[in-house]
Amino acid sequence: MNSKSYSLFLKDFKSELRTRYAINALAMFIIVAISVILFSVGNEKISPSLTGGLFWVVIFFTAMSGLSRAFVSEEERGTSLTLQLIAAPSTVYAGKLIFNIILVFVMNTIIAILYSAIFEAFIIKNFWLFLASFVLGNIGLAVSSTIIAAIISKAGAKGTLYPVLSFPILLPLILTSVQLTLFALDGISFERAKFELAIVVSYDVIMLTASFMLFDFIWKE
Amino acid sequence: MTNYSIEAVELNKSFGRRLIFNDLQFKFDKSGIYGISGPNGSGKSTLVKIIAGIIGASKGKIIHKLDNKEIAEENLHNHIGFVSPYLVLYEEFSTYENMKLFAEIRGTKFNGDRVDYLLEKFLLYKRKDDLLKTYSSGMKQRVKFIFALMHSPELLILDEPTSNLDDEGKNSVYELIKEEGQKNIVLIASNEKNDLENCSDIVYLEKYKN
Amino acid sequence: MIWKIFLFLLLAFVSVAGIAFPIVENPSTWYQFPLIPGLEENAKIIFFHVPTAWLTVVAFFMSTLYSFKYLRKKNLDDDVKSYAAAQLGMIFCILATVTGAVWAKFAWGSYWSWDPRQTSIFALLLIYGAWFALRSSIESEEKRATLSSVYSMIAFVTVPFFIFIMPRIMTGLHPGSADDTNAGPVIDFKMNGNMQLIFFLSLIGFTILYFWMWNIGYRSILLREKLNKQLIRG
Repeated sequence: MNSKSYSLFLKDFKSELRTRYAINALAMFIIVAISVILFSVGNEKISPSLTGGLFWVVIFFTAMSGLSRAFVSEEERGTSLTLQLIAAPSTVYAGKLIFNIILVFVMNTIIAILYSAIFEAFIIKNFWLFLASFVLGNIGLAVSSTIIAAIISKAGAKGTLYPVLSFPILLPLILTSVQLTLFALDGISFERAKFELAIVVSYDVIMLTASFMLFDFIWKE
Repeated sequence: MTNYSIEAVELNKSFGRRLIFNDLQFKFDKSGIYGISGPNGSGKSTLVKIIAGIIGASKGKIIHKLDNKEIAEENLHNHIGFVSPYLVLYEEFSTYENMKLFAEIRGTKFNGDRVDYLLEKFLLYKRKDDLLKTYSSGMKQRVKFIFALMHSPELLILDEPTSNLDDEGKNSVYELIKEEGQKNIVLIASNEKNDLENCSDIVYLEKYKN
Repeated sequence: MIWKIFLFLLLAFVSVAGIAFPIVENPSTWYQFPLIPGLEENAKIIFFHVPTAWLTVVAFFMSTLYSFKYLRKKNLDDDVKSYAAAQLGMIFCILATVTGAVWAKFAWGSYWSWDPRQTSIFALLLIYGAWFALRSSIESEEKRATLSSVYSMIAFVTVPFFIFIMPRIMTGLHPGSADDTNAGPVIDFKMNGNMQLIFFLSLIGFTILYFWMWNIGYRSILLREKLNKQLIRG
């Protein structure tokens, strides 16, 4: 990551401000997903452990609705070629990754705030553990979704394939993150959650390395 | 005059099991104008894309050298200018913004004087702050030349450079080709006679079909 | 030809022995299996279910290996080999899932209980389901080969995580699972000599069968492609 990828991120950011490709869809999706849960729950009291799981369900599907834009928008408009002519593949991946990480953080922070405001059972007893798992989980989510987005942007069927391809790759991350969120809801200490935290950290590192190594193959057709 | 050379070594490209060209060899080591010719579908665009490092060859390779030192693949894009009908710039930005963003993403300093000079030359200076989506196709084609030349590349690759251009535009392109050919390598892929008439050497792709 | 007859005899013997040999409390002759408390007759699934699960792993691993090779050498034949292996992997994966689920109904009382190995095979089904969906959405051979190879690589690096996470999240029910001794009929695995012999013969037989099927599979795809090409050329 360097100033070049940062400039690419700025390009995407400015472009996003003008076209609002991802932001509008994401914002609406968050509202839709949370209201679907609210309607289906009705007046039932749901348990804290269920809210923890549903929290990640909302995050997963929201991510799937917006994160593919980073590459799909370039491919649809035919500007991938232009990017290839001005930047090395690693710069492109890093730039898109910065964009998606920021998008994921903004979107998940909004989800977390809305979520804790709406669901009474969603009370976090160990805030710092929640924050740690939230940050690490978001990074992993962004890294994997970005490389899968690159794959589907080069494949034919765009929208439908994205969650299908992403889910198995994200499954270990989501399972562990759900577990960590439950720990945070239960007020379990860092000491007892360190195995899960280590899993998420290594997931982030390994996925990041693999993505940078494999991106060349995707990008150079 | 820059000391740039490109060399194709036993180049082969197939899409799946369909052969595009085989055992292609050439070497351009002096500045000048060179051509690539062949009928539609013969692989002209494929070849220029391989030369520009956008797609990979199936076998063999292209060697780019500057002052006898091979250029690493990840830096290649800073030595190449590329114009083609299928190149698309960012329509939600103006010409000036596009060029500024490109310079930043390349990691080079934005050379405002050069861009202004090129804008004047391609008769776009008055429209430089308008969004690209308001441009006509001929204007977009001229913007691509600015995109290709703004970083003063040693190798200029032009794939069908005069498509979408009127006579006035075509003449300014030919002028530019001659001018660039003095100090840099200009590579033109086209099957129009006028485009290729100044070339000192032409690669005919039909010759490499088996 | 000889090895085909040999394979036929081997698999025939394994099938007969695996199904028909009686299970008795104190085996005295060579054709008797020992009684394993908690498993009883259900134990016989080991001769058929374990080989299918083993071949699922072998086939998917080979598919990944050839994907890796494709990315390095860009030879489309490797992609065909990878595809043929994955096809067989999918068949064995479904067989292992179904035989396992039927067995679980009798041994554990329900078809599905999210035991670590059930969850892992479910994850494999998801990964390769996605892999086949990806392949069918891409027209160009080269692109299809590259993108699906990249996807297998990414999927491959997630495998260790499943191995580490599963036992933490769910309890193991499979015979021989290390972590749990209370839930379900989990026992020290006690096979006697002849049972082990038939088990390993079955593994060997099924593995040879797999390699044979894989060989025929990828060669037929290559031939089909060649014929298609000739037809197009007229």
